[in-house]
Amino acid sequence: MRREPPQRLADYGPLVFPAGMLIVFFVIPFATMIAVSFFERQQGGFYQPAFVWENYARFISLFFGKVLGFSLVLAMAVAAACVAIGVPFTYLLSRSVRNVQILWLVALLSILSLSEVMIGFAWSTLLSRTAGITNLFAYLGLMAGPQALTPSFGAVMTAMTYQALPYTVLVLYPALVRLDPTLTEAARTLGASPIRAFFTVVVPALRNTIVATLIMVFIFALGSYLLPQLLGRPQHWTLSVLITDQAIYQSNMPFAAAMAVFLVLVSLALVGLAVYAGRRREAA
Amino acid sequence: MRDIMKTTASRRAVLGAGLTGASMLAMPSILRAQDRSLTVGVYGGYFKDSFDTNIFPEFTKATGIAIQSVAEPTGEAWLVQLEQAARAGQAPADVSMMSQVALLKGQSTDLWAPLDMAKIENASGLIETFINKYPDGRVAGIGAVSWYITLVTNTDSYPEAPTSWAALWDPANADKLGLLALVSNSFLLEVTAKTHFGGTEVLDTEEGILKVFDKLAEVKPNVRLWYRDEAQFEQALKSGEIPMGQYYHDVTGLAAADGNPVRSTFPKEGGILDSGSWAVSRASEKLEEAHVFINYMCQPEIQAILSRKVGTSPTIKRDLLDLTAEEFAAVSSDIAPIIPRYDMYQQKSDFLNQKWTEMIAG
Repeated sequence: MRREPPQRLADYGPLVFPAGMLIVFFVIPFATMIAVSFFERQQGGFYQPAFVWENYARFISLFFGKVLGFSLVLAMAVAAACVAIGVPFTYLLSRSVRNVQILWLVALLSILSLSEVMIGFAWSTLLSRTAGITNLFAYLGLMAGPQALTPSFGAVMTAMTYQALPYTVLVLYPALVRLDPTLTEAARTLGASPIRAFFTVVVPALRNTIVATLIMVFIFALGSYLLPQLLGRPQHWTLSVLITDQAIYQSNMPFAAAMAVFLVLVSLALVGLAVYAGRRREAA
Repeated sequence: MRDIMKTTASRRAVLGAGLTGASMLAMPSILRAQDRSLTVGVYGGYFKDSFDTNIFPEFTKATGIAIQSVAEPTGEAWLVQLEQAARAGQAPADVSMMSQVALLKGQSTDLWAPLDMAKIENASGLIETFINKYPDGRVAGIGAVSWYITLVTNTDSYPEAPTSWAALWDPANADKLGLLALVSNSFLLEVTAKTHFGGTEVLDTEEGILKVFDKLAEVKPNVRLWYRDEAQFEQALKSGEIPMGQYYHDVTGLAAADGNPVRSTFPKEGGILDSGSWAVSRASEKLEEAHVFINYMCQPEIQAILSRKVGTSPTIKRDLLDLTAEEFAAVSSDIAPIIPRYDMYQQKSDFLNQKWTEMIAG
């Protein structure tokens, strides 16, 4: 089928619906948020329309810098962990029998039906001292006695990776299924071990998909606010937790909006950087 | 009360309300029979269940006004929703039970419809401090119930009950505490001031507040969980995962009555006394019914039912109640309570919040 550039105004018709949705559900809310972030906070009350910078000024401090830094590092770590587990897993999955594939995909999809609250509580039970997995280890003689594994950074990471992994697999799966098996076969014939073939042929061939997956999980993890609260100590709280605090508990909408705008801008910048770096490498 | 996760219960309530609403529309005769109605917000979970069983049906029987109860989240979260809705001319609930900090914040934006005391004659029995007034004397809220936040322990982990809030600072309790995560609902500044500075007067100045913060920061190594969600701590306390902390006296008593190994202790410095008031959103069109409801709730018999069934402390004068000494002791204490410095949360809320967040997360 040949694609022709639109000639008449009516040719743009199909765009109306998606554009409308984008405006109603993204542009307008985001613009409102930007506007609110400049409003003036009335302590002990709510806010009134104004144009002040103080919400942003309050954010620019060492404390919030650290929280922002931690949130970004956590999101990157989750993205890296998901891809590190997801790529080999999906590769093996795409090479297995159809029934096995269906079984795994159904299991993964069913994880998506769990809410963040359920995932958080399930992991906090599993990692607890009184009812957790360490009781089993102690019973098997691997540990001296049961101990609590939560709250900790590891607990936050584990639960967030668990939550994001199904998305990772679902994004990687189509690309890996479509990957030409003759590529690896050629590598094998030339004497590469399966592991070497995976790293020198499969991974580079999937580079764009992997970058896209990293970015998706990164953004997904950046918005997480419940799991860090349920499974982490206060120093593991992300910026999203503090935004929630301001918006829901302190009724400080302008400051919450300013933090949210900042978070969106920083993540957009990082994504832009990743895409730009990807293009440069492709061009080189 | 005051908790976000119990909105899971509210989801069910919303579904239920939706069903009820749909079936009422399908049967217009019922709609006509009960056309006087009122939406009342009470804290979700145990509180709401208890009101739904013990209070609201009797009220409808007595007055013919149907009650639709709404599970509200933590005081200030609900306040934000009410305020946003009122700006749009909507009232998600006509009458809400509001904690004192939230009530004061709502006053500053005139969120609450002024109440006509002539229509609430039973309010004459109220303890004076439980009538909330605007600075110009209009009545913004009427005391509904009061409750204590006390020192709670798991009886398996602590065979001996602690006697003082100083236990929070005891190095022996490293990594064993669960404390409320917000400055404005934990009231830990007041606890620290009373325990280590001889009283809450030290909180009069910012310097004093900072000194109290420094002292409070010393409990951090003992804290395992700073909770926003009550259910999370309650569960951990029952199982002994987190064997000590601050929690609501009423709910702890109910959990103990159910056979859980938990106890609530009034420390020698006193429990924290907070209260909830009935307040009406200015966007509500049911002001008349709201007055009838609040008046009904101020009756001594109703207050006694609340103490017996919900475990809250009454807001009306002791001598009007038929509670036995034993029943009264179960919901209160002779030890002078720690009264939160509500003025501080209203005037310095951003300062307190910033220092608090830096203290616990820094």
